[in-house]
Amino acid sequence: MADLNAGDAIPELKVTPDKYLPHRYAGASGDFNPIHIDPELAKAVGLPGTILHGLYMMGLVARAATDVGGGEPKALKRLAVQFRGMGAPETEIVVSGTVKSVDDGKATIDVVAAQGENQTIRNAEAEVVVE
Amino acid sequence: MAIKTDAIGREWPATTYEVGKEKIGEYARVVGLDNPVYFDRDAARAAGYRDVVAPPMFAVVYSSPAVGPAMLDPDVGMNFAAMVHGGQEFEWGEPACSGDEITTAAKCLDISEKDGKGFYVFETNAINQNGDLVARGTWTLIVRGV
Repeated sequence: MADLNAGDAIPELKVTPDKYLPHRYAGASGDFNPIHIDPELAKAVGLPGTILHGLYMMGLVARAATDVGGGEPKALKRLAVQFRGMGAPETEIVVSGTVKSVDDGKATIDVVAAQGENQTIRNAEAEVVVE
Repeated sequence: MAIKTDAIGREWPATTYEVGKEKIGEYARVVGLDNPVYFDRDAARAAGYRDVVAPPMFAVVYSSPAVGPAMLDPDVGMNFAAMVHGGQEFEWGEPACSGDEITTAAKCLDISEKDGKGFYVFETNAINQNGDLVARGTWTLIVRGV
């Protein structure tokens, strides 16, 4: 995306994780915290049900940011996020972003991940090589 | 009660993780990545990587074994029942590829209190077998009611 400019929106990424996604993410990542995989335990600690791993949602933010750099993993140089809401399985996640600046072939992008009005990740900033 | 800050500056023993091709593929599939560089050795090499390459956020997989014991250390004293993952940052250097041996060390950067919440900040530095920095992570945990 050589013609990327400050203020441009990046392509939205929309993903609806299925009921068992947290189980697969637990296996892939090694994070078996039961609030992500055991509905009864999640309810016992006051949650509506199992919740998504924050780092899975960060993985989707990284995917959307990497796509701006042509989908090449080496294009993503830095990603900082704040987790501000719990994500639920079986609900669509929309990752959106706006280019903040482009300098020396590197774009800085503000990114948000949300389920409806619930912004699960905000104040995220990605640095991506775009040339 | 004042928050314990004795662990600021403390470092924990490094852990070593050998990156495997199938583990990269498993992670990439879960996050929905389909670039063949995550699955196919020839495609990865054609794209300029040394071998099948890990997605950037695979940094979690090789860094967690180092930062986990730091978070659990009684000298840090986090109340896990009231803890949430508040923020995360990674800076990436040399890509992590299948066959790499990545050594990660964790350090406690800061412990502070604000509005009744404890903020615990850890850093991980992951270095490959050639001494190149692969990923630096900053992990911020927030504990309510400290």
